Amino acid sequence: MRVSLAVNGNSMVVEAEPLARLLDVLRVNLGLHGVKEGCGEGECGACAVLLNGRIVNSCITPVAATEGSEIITIEGFRETDRYAVIEQAFADTGGVQCGFCTPGFVMATEALLREDPRPSEEEIKHGLSGNLCRCTGYNMIVQAVQSASEKLSE
Amino acid sequence: MSSNEFTPVSLPDALQHLAAVRAIPVAGGTDLMVRHRRCGPLPIRLDAPPLFIGRLPELRSITETTSELNIGAAVTLNEIAAHPAAPPGLTAAIREFASPAVRNAGTIGGNICNASPAGDTLPYLYAAGATVVLASSSTERALPISEFITGPGRTLLGGEELMIRIIIPRRPASFVFYRKVAPRRSNALSKLSVYAEADVDGSSGLPRVAGFRLAVGAVAPTVVRIREAEALVDGTTAAEVRDRADALLEAYRAHVRPIDDQRSTATYRRNTAHTLIRYLLEQELPTFLEQS
Repeated sequence: MRVSLAVNGNSMVVEAEPLARLLDVLRVNLGLHGVKEGCGEGECGACAVLLNGRIVNSCITPVAATEGSEIITIEGFRETDRYAVIEQAFADTGGVQCGFCTPGFVMATEALLREDPRPSEEEIKHGLSGNLCRCTGYNMIVQAVQSASEKLSE
Repeated sequence: MSSNEFTPVSLPDALQHLAAVRAIPVAGGTDLMVRHRRCGPLPIRLDAPPLFIGRLPELRSITETTSELNIGAAVTLNEIAAHPAAPPGLTAAIREFASPAVRNAGTIGGNICNASPAGDTLPYLYAAGATVVLASSSTERALPISEFITGPGRTLLGGEELMIRIIIPRRPASFVFYRKVAPRRSNALSKLSVYAEADVDGSSGLPRVAGFRLAVGAVAPTVVRIREAEALVDGTTAAEVRDRADALLEAYRAHVRPIDDQRSTATYRRNTAHTLIRYLLEQELPTFLEQS
């Protein structure tokens, strides 16, 4: 079927099976490799994108359910000033090692800070609770979000 | 957005489709897309073509009257939690449900129709005495949730029907107790859960329990709620609540029939359910009464 949607500000029509994963439409049809497959079952958050402003796991989103929607991937968010602040915060705190989980964590950070610009540590952990990192031990990621939230709400 | 065979634009559209052909309703898809996943990018295959109902406007609103709250079946879990009229007991359950991304896609109707014994909205909904409304192209019917869900993964939803909304009766409940027991604080399926609520009747001397409800999840094929047992706690003072713990546990004993599965053992579920209920009755609820 044909699905009309906007990706990173560009309106388009994609041809895909209704139950095709949004993840695969983004990576294979559209070449957006910043959206990662970590687990393929909605548990790790590496595939997270913003769908109509809300964070979702693209590996468990059927593309037909995105008809008429706006999607922002890390490639789109990367062009914004808010991204630059978050990127710097992650770099400063050492919140990136292999980097595979990072796009998902950045999208989750943005989704959290849009809802709650000055989250407590507990609220940060709750906001990032859909993301897994195998390298860092999380504390530096939490610090990155704290630092970014301070800068973004100045 | 135009309608096609997979994406109806209105509820009548969708119901006419279901009256004519067999189709599998899909809202958020967060259970289906995992349960039926295949290798890599191969799209899941269902027994019949999908029908995407997650954006039907008739299923997407939350409205309140003086006596009840109506939640559209395709309202997502996070949309419910963010709504000012959402009951604290329901938002407590939603907060520990999966993860933010899953809660932005998963719907209350989907959680009910999936009818997992470990479904996280279910203990609250059973305790609340929720009613589900089902529609087909020619009929509409309402069922108590305890009748709608008949067993693990089994409901009375007909092949031509969609769940359209959930009705939660308003009731005063200034005390809410919810514990979900799981290996992690998020993205974890429940080993068991306990939900209780109550209000305070201060009209005669010492504060007494009113409207006590208790539901236990994942310890039986469906949620366990026993009204005769709840009646043992209604009208009691703090001291009497503590004394009733043994009697209440005895009333639940026959109904808490857990199994061993990949998440937990029957022994652990039984013991932990009893421990939590005892903790509720010997500590949390009496303390609440004493402080009110």
